[in-house]
Amino acid sequence: MAEYLFLMHVYVFALAIFVGFELITKVPPTLHTPLMSGSNAISGITIVGAILSAGLEQFTISTILGLVAVAFAMINVVGGFLVTDRMLKMFKKK
Amino acid sequence: MIVVIEITYLISSILFILGIKNLGSPKTARKGNLLAAIGMFLAIAATLLDQQVLTYEWIIIGALIGSVAGLIMAFKTPMTGMPQMVGMLNGFGGGASILVALSEYFKKNPNYPVDTSAVFNLPIDQGIAIILSILIGGVTFTGSMIAFGKLQGLVTGKVVKYPLQHPFNALLVLVVLAAGAYVVIYPSMMSLVIMITIISLVLGVLLVLPIGGADMPVAISLLNSYSGIAGSMTGFVLGNNELIIAGALVGASGIILTNIMCKAMNRSLMNVVLGGWANAGSTSAASSTTSPKGDVKSIDAEELAMLLDSVSSVIIVPGYGMAVGQAQHAVRDLMNILEKKGIKVRFAIHPVAGRMPGHMNVLLAEAQVPYDKLYAMEDINDDFNNTDVVIVIGANDVVNPAARHDQSSPIFGMPILNVDYAKTVIINKRSMNAGYAGIDNELFFYPNALMYFGDSKDAMTKLVNEIKNL
Repeated sequence: MAEYLFLMHVYVFALAIFVGFELITKVPPTLHTPLMSGSNAISGITIVGAILSAGLEQFTISTILGLVAVAFAMINVVGGFLVTDRMLKMFKKK
Repeated sequence: MIVVIEITYLISSILFILGIKNLGSPKTARKGNLLAAIGMFLAIAATLLDQQVLTYEWIIIGALIGSVAGLIMAFKTPMTGMPQMVGMLNGFGGGASILVALSEYFKKNPNYPVDTSAVFNLPIDQGIAIILSILIGGVTFTGSMIAFGKLQGLVTGKVVKYPLQHPFNALLVLVVLAAGAYVVIYPSMMSLVIMITIISLVLGVLLVLPIGGADMPVAISLLNSYSGIAGSMTGFVLGNNELIIAGALVGASGIILTNIMCKAMNRSLMNVVLGGWANAGSTSAASSTTSPKGDVKSIDAEELAMLLDSVSSVIIVPGYGMAVGQAQHAVRDLMNILEKKGIKVRFAIHPVAGRMPGHMNVLLAEAQVPYDKLYAMEDINDDFNNTDVVIVIGANDVVNPAARHDQSSPIFGMPILNVDYAKTVIINKRSMNAGYAGIDNELFFYPNALMYFGDSKDAMTKLVNEIKNL
C-alpha cells in the first residue's frame, strides 16, 4: 500500500509538470517577470509543511525549524503575491 | 475532517492552475494572481484544521514575521530591483523546503539529543524525498543568496574560476548522494544528515559563484525552477499532492524560462552553468587585432533633435544600461514628444535585455509605456529595414552584428536585433567601453551609426528638451 501511494504521488507529479509546460509556454515575454514573482508566491505552498511542524503539541527542534520555515514561506506568499499585483497594475494598453 | 481538508487542497490546486492560465494575457493576469492567492489562502486555512496542528503561537509568530518582511519587500523594492527581489524569494522558497525536510526527519526522533538510542522508523520513499529536499532546497537557498549578492553588487559579478572547480563540485554531489543512500538505509545517522545539509549549502555557493553578471537571467530562472522542484520534494516528504502539483508548476515555469534565455544567447545550459563565456577575454584579445578600425561619428542632443524632426518611424531598443541609469521615465517622455509630432514609436525588446526575463517590460510599464508598444525580437526584427531611426539605450551585445557573421566572436550565432538595417542607428552609451562579453561592437563603426554619449537619463532628458525648443 505504501509503495502504491508513493507511485500515485509520482503520477501526480508527472501530470502536473505537463500541465505546467502547457500553461507556461503560452505566457508572453512581456509578462515573464510577473510570472516569476507569481510562481515564487505559489512555491510558498511549502507553508503547509511548515505549519505542520510549527504546530506540534510538543516543543522540539522540529518546532524551531517549523517556525523559521513558516516565516520563510510567508515572505514568499505575502511578498510574491503583492509585488506581482503591484507590477500587473502597471501593465496598461493604450 | 480529513475529507474536507483534502477537498480544499484539491480546490486550491485547481485555483493555482487557473491562476497561471490567466497569467497568460496582460488583460487577465491580475485576476490570475488573485485566483492563485485565494488558492494559497484556502491551503493555509485547511492546514490549520489538520489534527497534527495543536499549538498556534509559533505559527502565528512565524507568519507575522514573514508577512511583515514580505510586505516591506513588496512595496519598498523599486522596479529596477525586481531581479534581486525574485532572487531573494527563490532563496526563501528553497530555505523553507530544507527546513521542513529537516523538521520531518527530526520528528522521527523528537527526543534528540537527549535520547539518541531511539529507533528511527523512516520509510525508504520518505527518506529519499527528505535527502533530495535537503539537497535541492539547500542549493536553492545559498545559490539564490549569492545571485542576490551579485545583482545587488555585494558579490563580484565577474565569472569566478578556481582550480578543479568542476571535479570538486561533482565530488560534493557524489558525497551527498552516497551519504544520502546510507541515511535512507540507516536513518539514525543524524550526523550524516547534518553533513548533507552543510555540503548542500556549500554547493549552492560554489555553483552560482562562477556565473557572470550578464548570465543572471539564466541563473535566476534556473533557481526559480529549483525552488519549485524543492517544493515538490517537500510534497513527497509529507505525502501531500498539492505541494507536489504547485511545485511542479513552478518547476516547469522556471525550466521554460531558462530554456528561452539560453536560446536567446545561443548557449547551452551547461555552458552557462559551468561559467561559460569565461574564455571571452582571451578570444577578444586575439581578435582585437582584427577588430574594426575606423571613425566613430558622434552626435549631440541638438543635432539629434533636428534629425528626429524629419523622420516618420522610430524604434527604441532598451538594455540594462537604461535600468542602471533609471532612464525609463525620460524614455517615456521621449516617446510622448515624438508621438505628438506624428512619429510612429515602437520598442524592440531582446529576450535577455536586463537582468531577468521580462525586466525591460516591467520598467517600461512602470513608466506608463503601453504594453502594446513593446515588441518581442521575432515580431519586430523584419521591420528595422523600413525604419528611419533606431535609438539604442544602454544595450550592446544584443545589437552587435558580429553575432551574424564573425565566427571568431564569442557571441557568434546569438540572435540579435537587426538595428543596423535601419537608415540611421543612434547608440546612447556612457563611453566606448566594450559590453559584458568584452568584445568590441563593430556596429559603432558602421556608416549609418551615430554615437550619442552620456548617462542614459541625462541624455534622454536633454534630447526631449532640445526637441521642445525646435
